[in-house]
Amino acid sequence: MRALAVEGVWKFYGDYPALRDIRFDVEPGECVALLGRNGAGKTTLLRILAGLSRASKGQVKVFEKDTLDRAARGAMGMIGHGIGIYDELSALENLRLFAGLYGLEHADRAAMEWLERTGLDRVKDGLVREFSRGMRQRLAVARAFLHRPKLMLLDEPFTALDDRAITLLQGLLKESLSEGSTVVMSTHQLREALELATNVVLINRGKLAHTGERTQEMLNDPTYLYRTYGES
Amino acid sequence: MLFLRQVATVAAKDLRSELRTKEALNASLSFALVILLLFSFAFDPTSEMTREISGGLLWLVFAFAGALILNRSFARELENDCLDALIASPVPAPALFLGKVAANYLLLLGIEIVCLPVFGVFYNVRWAQQPLWLLLVLVLASWGIAVVGTVFSALTVNLRLRELMLPMLVYPMLIPCLMAAMQLTTPLLAGQPVEGDLLAWLRMLVGFDIIFTALAVMLIDTVLIG
Amino acid sequence: MREKILYGLGALAAVLLTHNIWKMLTGLPDEAFQGAIFRIIFFHVPAAFTCFACYFTSLVASILYLKSKQLKYDSLSVSTIEVGLAFGAANLISGMIWARIIWGIWWTWDWRLTSSLICWLLYAGYLVLRRAVEEPTERARLSAVMSILSFSVVPFVFFSIKWFRTQHPQPVLYGEGKMDSAYRSMLYFNWLPLLMVAVMLVAVRMMQERRQREIDALRRTVHAF
Repeated sequence: MRALAVEGVWKFYGDYPALRDIRFDVEPGECVALLGRNGAGKTTLLRILAGLSRASKGQVKVFEKDTLDRAARGAMGMIGHGIGIYDELSALENLRLFAGLYGLEHADRAAMEWLERTGLDRVKDGLVREFSRGMRQRLAVARAFLHRPKLMLLDEPFTALDDRAITLLQGLLKESLSEGSTVVMSTHQLREALELATNVVLINRGKLAHTGERTQEMLNDPTYLYRTYGES
Repeated sequence: MLFLRQVATVAAKDLRSELRTKEALNASLSFALVILLLFSFAFDPTSEMTREISGGLLWLVFAFAGALILNRSFARELENDCLDALIASPVPAPALFLGKVAANYLLLLGIEIVCLPVFGVFYNVRWAQQPLWLLLVLVLASWGIAVVGTVFSALTVNLRLRELMLPMLVYPMLIPCLMAAMQLTTPLLAGQPVEGDLLAWLRMLVGFDIIFTALAVMLIDTVLIG
Repeated sequence: MREKILYGLGALAAVLLTHNIWKMLTGLPDEAFQGAIFRIIFFHVPAAFTCFACYFTSLVASILYLKSKQLKYDSLSVSTIEVGLAFGAANLISGMIWARIIWGIWWTWDWRLTSSLICWLLYAGYLVLRRAVEEPTERARLSAVMSILSFSVVPFVFFSIKWFRTQHPQPVLYGEGKMDSAYRSMLYFNWLPLLMVAVMLVAVRMMQERRQREIDALRRTVHAF
């Protein structure tokens, strides 16, 4: 069973095709780096994968189910540009809320566990409004991993985070990959992304420029990809 | 059952964060009081006229104050991109929507319950002569306001000039609902029961609520997921 | 080809209108109580019909858009609403002119007047909403929802205002219901050219919308480079 199947996805803004016939598959356990310049369509594609937006043509299947399906949404986790956390609620309340929305059985226990893992258990009753930037980011990471998603979608995860949150996130991603979860992350921070990635998908002006395994050459020289697959 | 639990979760979340900051609630309540005060300059508050237009007055206050609550409803989700996190969760859009409607509804009812005695004192109206009928009208009309208002709150959330857009679009849409409420409230405040012609207005309110709840639930998926 | 058909339609409408106006002025006698001004009804009422036909078409177009996601239905929806608003304005203004002469007042809160005005405001809101959305597909989606909701509230508006007004004494009543059959057939026959004008305007607006979309797509393509 494919973890993710992107089947000929188009996205139009009016008559302008922002995505053109994107198709690739992701097998369980793979870590895909979704690469491309600014405005190439990475965020548009990720939003479609996360079920926040609908493809104009084509289909996206998550574990062979439509992205709008309950089971598919429950299996996905997303870290987007915003932290997705409520300022007026406490850390614990935030996590309990999302545990409830994801229908976790032991909501309190899961929430506490993730507060401990992200080092926020001592401030669990503090309002997020009063948190430092780093603490908010770690809480955002906890929220995304709370329901142990089998497919994690990350949109530019390393740009907004501070060092401690990056280390935390990288550790959690490695752990969940080793447990057989799947990761798709868009980024233009090539080095961090390519270290984790097993596969790459390169989008150039809304079109699929390259898809395949991550090779040693890419690691050695991150600009290799762009040079080889036709982007100036 | 699961659906209802999700509705309750979303509603509880909204109520909790609103009650904690009281941003919209305070603004809305003080706005309501200001309007009540301003009306006293528009006409002589002691005269017989108060009795004749009391229903209209009251519902104008509720509609104006309600717009502030409704504006915040989805705008609150914009900070930190919380709306994306909510939509990406397995909660279906109708449950998300109804949860928000429920929260707005309770806040609206709260404001109305506070405004009624104030109105009674300022304008010398004995408002509690038909408490059950009045409660029924409040319950039905506020639901209409909450449902239509929340749809437009969602519709306008990403737009430029959101705060201006919402009242502009919502008030014409709410005219039948507000008119029915006004027509029912005036005689109720004068102590008359609902009978005869007035029942037709009650039916109109029920019809409005049912049709727009159904439409909103059908359309909300389209509104929230592009 | 399409444009020639439109020109033809426009020419035909002009001929029909001229013929009708000629007949109104020479063939029909002044109405006993209202005098010459009564003729405004031959435009006033068909304009209202055309206006609501436009609103209804927009409803259908909006439903079709949400089903098919084809932007031509969005173009149809916005075009019909704009033309509908124009005819709605014609309806309201002609009504006001008539009211000024017969009743001596520009405006009265008669239920038909009030309801038409509310509907006009509702659909004006649709246009305001459109202007606030930049991206064409999002604009189409949100305004389709707005159009559906607006049309759904129209019957409520009419019933509520009618009940509201019939419970109060009306300032002046229409002398309708016993209209002469020559007048009545003139009224319906004059609807035809107005409807043709509406169709023509909608078609022209739709072409503009299509070009607007092309321009927008080109601009986005340029920005992508």
